[in-house]
Amino acid sequence: MTAPNPAAPRTLYDKIWDDHVVDTSDDGTCLLYIDRHLVHEVTSPQAFEGLRMSGRKVRAPEKTIAVPDHNVPTTEGRETHIDNEESRIQVNALDKNAREFGVVYYPVTDVRQGIVHIVGPEQGWTLPGMTVVCGDSHTATHGAFGSLAHGIGTSEVEHVLATQTLIQKKSKNMKVEITGKLLPGVTAKDITLAVIGEAGTAGGTGYVIEYCGEAIRDLSMEGRMTVCNMAIEGGARAGLIAPDEKTFAYCMGRPHAPKGAKWEAAVAYWKTLFTDEGAHFDKVITIKGEDIAPVVTWGTSPEDVLPISATVPFATDFQGGKVEAAQRSIDYMGLTPGMKLTDVKVDAVFIGSCTNGRIEDLRAAAAILKGKKLAPGVRGMVVPGSGLVRLQAEEEGLAQIFTDAGFEWRLAGCSMCLGMNPDQLAPGERCAATSNRNFEGRMGRGGRTHLMSPVMAAAAAITGHLTDIRDIMAETV
Amino acid sequence: MDKFTTITGIAAPMPLVNIDTDMIIPKQFLKTIKRSGLGVNLFDEMRYTPDGKEIPDFVLNQPAWRESQIIVAGDNFGCGSSREHAPWALLDFGIRSVISTSFADIFYNNCFKNGILPIVLPQEAVDHLMDDARKGANARITVDLENQTVTAADGTAFAFEVDAFKKHCLLNGLDDIGLTMEKVSAIDAFEKQNAAARPWA
Ligand code: SF4
Repeated sequence: MTAPNPAAPRTLYDKIWDDHVVDTSDDGTCLLYIDRHLVHEVTSPQAFEGLRMSGRKVRAPEKTIAVPDHNVPTTEGRETHIDNEESRIQVNALDKNAREFGVVYYPVTDVRQGIVHIVGPEQGWTLPGMTVVCGDSHTATHGAFGSLAHGIGTSEVEHVLATQTLIQKKSKNMKVEITGKLLPGVTAKDITLAVIGEAGTAGGTGYVIEYCGEAIRDLSMEGRMTVCNMAIEGGARAGLIAPDEKTFAYCMGRPHAPKGAKWEAAVAYWKTLFTDEGAHFDKVITIKGEDIAPVVTWGTSPEDVLPISATVPFATDFQGGKVEAAQRSIDYMGLTPGMKLTDVKVDAVFIGSCTNGRIEDLRAAAAILKGKKLAPGVRGMVVPGSGLVRLQAEEEGLAQIFTDAGFEWRLAGCSMCLGMNPDQLAPGERCAATSNRNFEGRMGRGGRTHLMSPVMAAAAAITGHLTDIRDIMAETV
Repeated sequence: MDKFTTITGIAAPMPLVNIDTDMIIPKQFLKTIKRSGLGVNLFDEMRYTPDGKEIPDFVLNQPAWRESQIIVAGDNFGCGSSREHAPWALLDFGIRSVISTSFADIFYNNCFKNGILPIVLPQEAVDHLMDDARKGANARITVDLENQTVTAADGTAFAFEVDAFKKHCLLNGLDDIGLTMEKVSAIDAFEKQNAAARPWA
């Protein structure tokens, strides 16, 4: 558990890695211990089946947390019946597997059910310095706590279930520093999209990113989760942020966070989790906080990011293979090059997902929507990231603001973020969305997705077109 | 994963070239929650009519080959998508070895992960074995991984190549999980140390 050379300055990633190496092979391949294994219904059935076929058990059921989220409808009645047969079978399979193998489980009937990446931190399963995996690429979210968190495939899910370890080769270190302050109207979502816009969707390939700098430190835990959530969209294996007092304050008192003397010991350890002065990064990106504008995506890749004040690009603005891809995006999205982004009309607004489905996101959107109405012809959906977020939003009166504005107030789940449940876009329908992927067909076949922050989505809901949140803020002042 | 040492069994002749993973297991069966149970849909569209009746001509529907454990196939078996459902379906049906002049790369690797031995042999050898395969139970073929030979019904033995590490895993029935399980004492030790150092984790 000690570093090869403890004297050498190490990055945060190096430290977490070193503390989890169980075994190293001659070729440098490591067996890494996994502290938390999150499980959802889509990528786990074959893994559990594999255990069953080979007569294996889950090695650490108390460190394995299962929750259905992708397939579940977000409407009342889902506890007793799911219409779509395949979805129902997958959810039922998780139910059965969770009970049979004795892992921690939050079924749809439990108020704590929600999107796996929201439930983990909320229940205190995710803590600083841990290794966290899930058969889901957005596991990077948990890096906000200074934990090493990333997605794995179904064969690896089975491997972790059986051994509580993962066979891994170490990635390279990358630093993304956001200096200074953010301007009004600019949020964590704009930071993470701006970074992807700057580095490209493959910019992080082969790396683990550490986000740092004043603008990152200033973010709440919710904001930090939003930033880390999309590390994967930049191609990185994981994204992480060094824990600090905000992190400790968020964790304290959570159901599965340590208490008493264990808490004191944990905090003492967590305080050692930072990148040492002089530690080596293989790649560094620095962005000034003041240079980040509220952004939206125009295309079908998360790197297709532009400030809201920009115009739709021409395919010829790009180079190489991207020319063809840009043309395909423009056609798919039904846009005209040269048109102002603020002239792009929307049919739907989706507020939710593991990127922006937490209480702070709902508060931010509600603050914009208070006393306002959805633009005529626009449908709006708010989907809390967990049952507890939903409850809290109801207590705070946010749900009322959304329903008064004409939004549907849904039960927790992945919902429209991906079309695996009944919440989908119709072909050609255009959506202002707070989720993380704008791929073709992601939210429903033929559906068109513009990614943005919760306040930008709220602004679009009011006006019926992509809107600069700063204009709305100017009006309300 | 089941160990693979030696099998002697009936081989199904499938001389068609470029049998792809879509043929092996069509996409509508990928929504399954299981790795097991895919055997009934192995070669589904070649094996059944659209209304689910067996096509009598298809080799695996014929009495002589229903119990096949080996397939002798045309070139480039397993091309197409990376779906691990293809070896899952073969294994579930009972196939433990496929012999051909060539395989698609991903399929070839996926087989080893699932206890299936794919064997590459020269054309003449495959032709010889294809003749045996056509005779069903009257000409059983023996595959011996330890000695790296395939023996035809008439006693002719053909040597084949296999990566030493893959051979080791297959002979001992080791998948990644099996290999990691060999290090269980290291995991136990780590957990003990970890419980002391980070009791909250
Ligand atoms: S909300 Fe979307 S991105 Fe997040 S886990 Fe669900 S489907 Fe994946």
